Amino acid sequence: MHALANPRRFLGIARPLTPWLFWSGVALILLGSLGGLFIAPADYLQGDSFRIIYIHVPAAWLATGGWSGMAVAGIVQLVWRHPLAAVAGRAIAAPGALFTAITLASGSIWGRPTWGTWWEWDGRMTSVLILLFLYLGYMALARASADNEESGGASKVTALYALVGAINLPIIHYSVTWWNTLHQGQSISFMGGSKIASSMLWPLGLTVIGFTAWFGAIVLLRMRAILAETRIEARQRRMARG
Amino acid sequence: MNPWPFVIAAYTITLLGAAVTSIWAWRSAASAEARADALKERN
Repeated sequence: MHALANPRRFLGIARPLTPWLFWSGVALILLGSLGGLFIAPADYLQGDSFRIIYIHVPAAWLATGGWSGMAVAGIVQLVWRHPLAAVAGRAIAAPGALFTAITLASGSIWGRPTWGTWWEWDGRMTSVLILLFLYLGYMALARASADNEESGGASKVTALYALVGAINLPIIHYSVTWWNTLHQGQSISFMGGSKIASSMLWPLGLTVIGFTAWFGAIVLLRMRAILAETRIEARQRRMARG
Repeated sequence: MNPWPFVIAAYTITLLGAAVTSIWAWRSAASAEARADALKERN
Protein backbone atom coordinates (compact mmCIF):
# COMPACT_ATOMS: atom_id res chain seq x y z
CA MET A 1 0.00 0.00 0.00
CA HIS A 2 2.85 2.35 0.80
CA ALA A 3 4.20 1.71 -2.70
CA LEU A 4 1.27 3.85 -3.88
CA ALA A 5 1.93 6.61 -1.36
CA ASN A 6 3.83 8.56 -3.98
CA PRO A 7 1.22 10.49 -6.02
CA ARG A 8 3.40 10.26 -9.15
CA ARG A 9 3.52 6.46 -8.89
CA PHE A 10 -0.23 6.42 -8.22
CA LEU A 11 -0.88 8.54 -11.34
CA GLY A 12 1.28 6.19 -13.41
CA ILE A 13 -1.15 3.38 -12.53
CA ALA A 14 -4.39 5.43 -12.42
CA ARG A 15 -4.07 7.04 -15.87
CA PRO A 16 -3.99 3.81 -17.94
CA LEU A 17 -6.42 2.03 -15.57
CA THR A 18 -9.17 4.68 -15.80
CA PRO A 19 -10.36 4.03 -19.42
CA TRP A 20 -10.26 0.24 -18.90
CA LEU A 21 -12.44 0.44 -15.79
CA PHE A 22 -14.73 3.02 -17.37
CA TRP A 23 -15.46 1.29 -20.69
CA SER A 24 -15.66 -2.25 -19.27
CA GLY A 25 -18.07 -0.86 -16.65
CA VAL A 26 -20.22 0.89 -19.28
CA ALA A 27 -20.34 -2.28 -21.43
CA LEU A 28 -21.42 -4.45 -18.47
CA ILE A 29 -24.03 -1.87 -17.34
CA LEU A 30 -25.55 -1.78 -20.84
CA LEU A 31 -25.50 -5.59 -21.20
CA GLY A 32 -27.02 -6.10 -17.74
CA SER A 33 -29.66 -3.42 -18.30
CA LEU A 34 -30.69 -4.87 -21.66
CA GLY A 35 -30.79 -8.37 -20.13
CA GLY A 36 -32.83 -7.10 -17.18
CA LEU A 37 -35.27 -5.15 -19.32
CA PHE A 38 -35.83 -7.56 -22.22
CA ILE A 39 -34.49 -11.07 -21.48
CA ALA A 40 -35.16 -11.82 -17.78
CA PRO A 41 -38.72 -13.11 -17.17
CA ALA A 42 -41.25 -10.94 -15.34
CA ASP A 43 -41.76 -11.62 -11.63
CA TYR A 44 -44.85 -13.72 -10.84
CA LEU A 45 -46.02 -11.24 -8.20
CA GLN A 46 -44.58 -7.83 -9.12
CA GLY A 47 -44.73 -8.25 -12.90
CA ASP A 48 -42.42 -5.97 -14.88
CA SER A 49 -41.89 -3.39 -12.11
CA PHE A 50 -39.34 -5.77 -10.52
CA ARG A 51 -36.95 -4.88 -13.42
CA ILE A 52 -36.02 -1.74 -11.45
CA ILE A 53 -33.94 -4.12 -9.28
CA TYR A 54 -31.18 -4.16 -11.96
CA ILE A 55 -30.33 -0.51 -11.32
CA HIS A 56 -31.68 -0.02 -7.78
CA VAL A 57 -29.47 -2.71 -6.19
CA PRO A 58 -26.22 -1.51 -7.86
CA ALA A 59 -27.07 2.08 -6.84
CA ALA A 60 -27.58 0.96 -3.22
CA TRP A 61 -24.33 -1.05 -3.42
CA LEU A 62 -22.42 2.05 -4.56
CA ALA A 63 -24.09 4.22 -1.89
CA THR A 64 -23.11 1.94 1.02
CA GLY A 65 -19.89 0.67 -0.59
CA GLY A 66 -18.84 4.27 -1.19
CA TRP A 67 -19.18 5.14 2.48
CA SER A 68 -17.33 1.94 3.42
CA GLY A 69 -14.51 3.09 1.14
CA MET A 70 -14.49 6.51 2.81
CA ALA A 71 -14.33 4.89 6.27
CA VAL A 72 -11.41 2.65 5.19
CA ALA A 73 -9.68 5.71 3.70
CA GLY A 74 -10.27 7.48 7.03
CA ILE A 75 -8.57 4.64 8.96
CA VAL A 76 -5.63 4.58 6.52
CA GLN A 77 -5.30 8.36 6.80
CA LEU A 78 -5.41 8.40 10.61
CA VAL A 79 -3.29 5.31 11.29
CA TRP A 80 -0.74 5.21 8.45
CA ARG A 81 -0.94 8.89 7.39
CA HIS A 82 -1.16 7.76 3.79
CA PRO A 83 -1.15 10.96 1.68
CA LEU A 84 -3.63 9.61 -0.87
CA ALA A 85 -6.18 8.30 1.62
CA ALA A 86 -7.78 11.70 2.25
CA VAL A 87 -7.83 12.38 -1.49
CA ALA A 88 -9.58 9.02 -2.04
CA GLY A 89 -12.16 9.78 0.66
CA ARG A 90 -12.91 13.16 -0.85
CA ALA A 91 -13.08 11.69 -4.37
CA ILE A 92 -15.71 9.12 -3.35
CA ALA A 93 -18.03 11.61 -1.61
CA ALA A 94 -19.77 13.32 -4.56
CA PRO A 95 -20.49 10.21 -6.69
CA GLY A 96 -21.43 8.33 -3.49
CA ALA A 97 -23.93 11.06 -2.57
CA LEU A 98 -25.39 11.06 -6.08
CA PHE A 99 -25.91 7.29 -6.01
CA THR A 100 -27.51 7.49 -2.56
CA ALA A 101 -29.98 9.99 -4.03
CA ILE A 102 -30.51 7.66 -7.03
CA THR A 103 -31.10 4.73 -4.63
CA LEU A 104 -33.82 6.73 -2.88
CA ALA A 105 -35.36 7.93 -6.16
CA SER A 106 -35.37 4.51 -7.89
CA GLY A 107 -36.67 2.86 -4.68
CA SER A 108 -39.44 5.42 -4.44
CA ILE A 109 -40.39 4.89 -8.11
CA TRP A 110 -40.40 1.11 -7.49
CA GLY A 111 -42.52 1.58 -4.36
CA ARG A 112 -45.40 3.34 -6.10
CA PRO A 113 -46.59 0.42 -8.32
CA THR A 114 -45.50 -2.24 -5.78
CA TRP A 115 -46.57 -0.83 -2.39
CA GLY A 116 -48.96 1.88 -3.56
CA THR A 117 -46.87 4.65 -2.00
CA TRP A 118 -43.87 6.74 -3.03
CA TRP A 119 -42.42 6.93 0.48
CA GLU A 120 -42.75 5.33 3.90
CA TRP A 121 -40.77 6.29 6.99
CA ASP A 122 -39.58 2.74 7.59
CA GLY A 123 -36.16 1.60 8.80
CA ARG A 124 -34.50 0.98 5.42
CA MET A 125 -35.66 4.12 3.64
CA THR A 126 -35.03 6.41 6.62
CA SER A 127 -31.52 5.03 7.25
CA VAL A 128 -30.60 5.51 3.55
CA LEU A 129 -31.95 9.08 3.72
CA ILE A 130 -29.68 9.63 6.76
CA LEU A 131 -26.77 8.28 4.66
CA LEU A 132 -27.50 10.96 2.04
CA PHE A 133 -27.38 13.67 4.75
CA LEU A 134 -24.11 12.17 6.04
CA TYR A 135 -22.61 12.39 2.54
CA LEU A 136 -23.69 16.04 2.21
CA GLY A 137 -22.18 16.80 5.64
CA TYR A 138 -18.91 15.12 4.63
CA MET A 139 -18.73 17.17 1.42
CA ALA A 140 -19.34 20.43 3.31
CA LEU A 141 -16.70 19.48 5.90
CA ALA A 142 -14.14 18.49 3.25
CA ARG A 143 -14.72 21.76 1.39
CA ALA A 144 -14.29 23.77 4.59
CA SER A 145 -11.10 21.79 5.38
CA ALA A 146 -9.75 22.43 1.87
CA ASP A 147 -10.35 26.17 2.37
CA ASN A 148 -8.50 26.17 5.67
CA GLU A 149 -5.63 23.80 5.00
CA GLU A 150 -3.00 23.26 2.37
CA SER A 151 -3.77 19.58 2.05
CA GLY A 152 -6.62 19.12 -0.41
CA GLY A 153 -9.16 18.61 2.36
CA ALA A 154 -7.00 16.11 4.22
CA SER A 155 -8.15 17.08 7.68
CA LYS A 156 -8.45 14.54 10.48
CA VAL A 157 -11.99 15.79 11.13
CA THR A 158 -13.25 14.47 7.78
CA ALA A 159 -11.57 11.10 8.42
CA LEU A 160 -13.18 10.87 11.88
CA TYR A 161 -16.53 11.94 10.44
CA ALA A 162 -16.33 9.12 7.85
CA LEU A 163 -15.57 6.62 10.63
CA VAL A 164 -18.42 7.80 12.88
CA GLY A 165 -20.82 7.84 9.92
CA ALA A 166 -19.99 4.18 9.22
CA ILE A 167 -22.19 3.32 12.25
CA ASN A 168 -25.12 3.87 9.88
CA LEU A 169 -24.00 1.05 7.54
CA PRO A 170 -24.99 -1.94 9.73
CA ILE A 171 -28.21 -0.08 10.59
CA ILE A 172 -29.03 0.11 6.85
CA HIS A 173 -28.11 -3.56 6.34
CA TYR A 174 -30.05 -4.98 9.29
CA SER A 175 -32.96 -2.50 9.20
CA VAL A 176 -35.11 -5.05 7.33
CA THR A 177 -34.41 -7.62 10.08
CA TRP A 178 -34.60 -5.40 13.18
CA TRP A 179 -37.82 -3.59 12.26
CA ASN A 180 -41.05 -4.56 10.57
CA THR A 181 -40.38 -2.67 7.34
CA LEU A 182 -42.27 -2.26 4.09
CA HIS A 183 -38.99 -2.89 2.26
CA GLN A 184 -38.43 -6.53 1.36
CA GLY A 185 -35.95 -8.61 3.33
CA GLN A 186 -32.54 -9.74 2.13
CA SER A 187 -32.88 -11.84 -1.04
CA ILE A 188 -29.24 -11.99 -2.19
CA SER A 189 -26.38 -13.26 -0.06
CA PHE A 190 -22.77 -14.04 -0.85
CA MET A 191 -22.73 -16.62 1.96
CA GLY A 192 -26.08 -18.41 1.92
CA GLY A 193 -27.09 -18.37 -1.76
CA SER A 194 -29.86 -16.37 -3.35
CA LYS A 195 -33.66 -16.45 -3.23
CA ILE A 196 -33.80 -15.12 -6.81
CA ALA A 197 -33.97 -17.54 -9.77
CA SER A 198 -30.76 -17.65 -11.83
CA SER A 199 -32.73 -16.62 -14.96
CA MET A 200 -33.43 -13.31 -13.15
CA LEU A 201 -30.12 -13.04 -11.32
CA TRP A 202 -27.48 -12.95 -14.09
CA PRO A 203 -28.29 -9.41 -15.37
CA LEU A 204 -28.00 -8.18 -11.77
CA GLY A 205 -24.49 -9.64 -11.54
CA LEU A 206 -23.54 -7.77 -14.71
CA THR A 207 -24.94 -4.40 -13.55
CA VAL A 208 -23.41 -4.72 -10.06
CA ILE A 209 -19.93 -5.51 -11.47
CA GLY A 210 -20.38 -2.90 -14.22
CA PHE A 211 -21.41 -0.09 -11.87
CA THR A 212 -18.56 -1.04 -9.50
CA ALA A 213 -15.95 -0.79 -12.31
CA TRP A 214 -17.48 2.46 -13.56
CA PHE A 215 -17.49 3.91 -10.02
CA GLY A 216 -13.81 2.94 -9.68
CA ALA A 217 -13.04 4.92 -12.86
CA ILE A 218 -14.99 7.95 -11.57
CA VAL A 219 -13.12 7.86 -8.24
CA LEU A 220 -9.78 7.67 -10.09
CA LEU A 221 -10.79 10.66 -12.25
CA ARG A 222 -11.83 12.64 -9.16
CA MET A 223 -8.54 11.74 -7.41
CA ARG A 224 -6.59 12.90 -10.47
CA ALA A 225 -8.53 16.20 -10.46
CA ILE A 226 -7.95 16.78 -6.73
CA LEU A 227 -4.23 15.96 -7.03
CA ALA A 228 -3.85 18.33 -10.01
CA GLU A 229 -5.70 21.11 -8.13
CA THR A 230 -3.41 20.56 -5.13
CA ARG A 231 -0.35 20.80 -7.43
CA ILE A 232 -1.68 24.05 -8.94
CA GLU A 233 -2.30 25.59 -5.50
CA ALA A 234 1.16 24.56 -4.25
CA ARG A 235 2.86 26.00 -7.35
CA GLN A 236 0.87 29.24 -7.14
CA ARG A 237 1.85 29.63 -3.48
CA ARG A 238 5.52 29.10 -4.40
CA MET A 239 5.21 31.67 -7.20
CA ALA A 240 3.55 34.18 -4.87
CA ARG A 241 6.41 33.78 -2.39
CA GLY A 242 8.82 34.43 -5.27
CA MET B 1 -51.31 -0.04 -13.20
CA ASN B 2 -48.89 -0.10 -16.16
CA PRO B 3 -45.41 -0.59 -14.60
CA TRP B 4 -43.37 0.41 -17.67
CA PRO B 5 -43.48 4.23 -17.13
CA PHE B 6 -42.04 3.58 -13.63
CA VAL B 7 -39.36 1.24 -14.98
CA ILE B 8 -38.39 3.73 -17.71
CA ALA B 9 -38.30 6.62 -15.19
CA ALA B 10 -36.02 4.68 -12.81
CA TYR B 11 -33.60 3.67 -15.60
CA THR B 12 -33.58 7.20 -17.05
CA ILE B 13 -32.72 8.81 -13.70
CA THR B 14 -29.95 6.29 -13.00
CA LEU B 15 -28.33 6.25 -16.45
CA LEU B 16 -28.65 10.04 -16.80
CA GLY B 17 -27.04 10.48 -13.36
CA ALA B 18 -24.19 8.16 -14.39
CA ALA B 19 -23.71 10.01 -17.70
CA VAL B 20 -23.65 13.47 -16.05
CA THR B 21 -21.21 12.20 -13.38
CA SER B 22 -18.95 10.72 -16.10
CA ILE B 23 -18.82 13.99 -18.07
CA TRP B 24 -18.27 16.10 -14.93
CA ALA B 25 -15.50 13.81 -13.57
CA TRP B 26 -13.72 13.56 -16.94
CA ARG B 27 -13.90 17.31 -17.64
CA SER B 28 -12.76 18.32 -14.14
CA ALA B 29 -9.78 15.90 -14.29
CA ALA B 30 -8.80 16.90 -17.85
CA SER B 31 -9.02 20.63 -17.16
CA ALA B 32 -7.17 20.44 -13.79
CA GLU B 33 -4.36 18.30 -15.28
CA ALA B 34 -4.05 20.62 -18.30
CA ARG B 35 -3.81 23.69 -16.01
CA ALA B 36 -1.24 21.95 -13.80
CA ASP B 37 0.87 21.00 -16.86
CA ALA B 38 0.60 24.53 -18.31
CA LEU B 39 1.74 26.04 -15.02
CA LYS B 40 4.64 23.57 -14.86
CA GLU B 41 5.79 24.49 -18.38
CA ARG B 42 5.54 28.22 -17.62
CA ASN B 43 8.11 27.89 -14.84
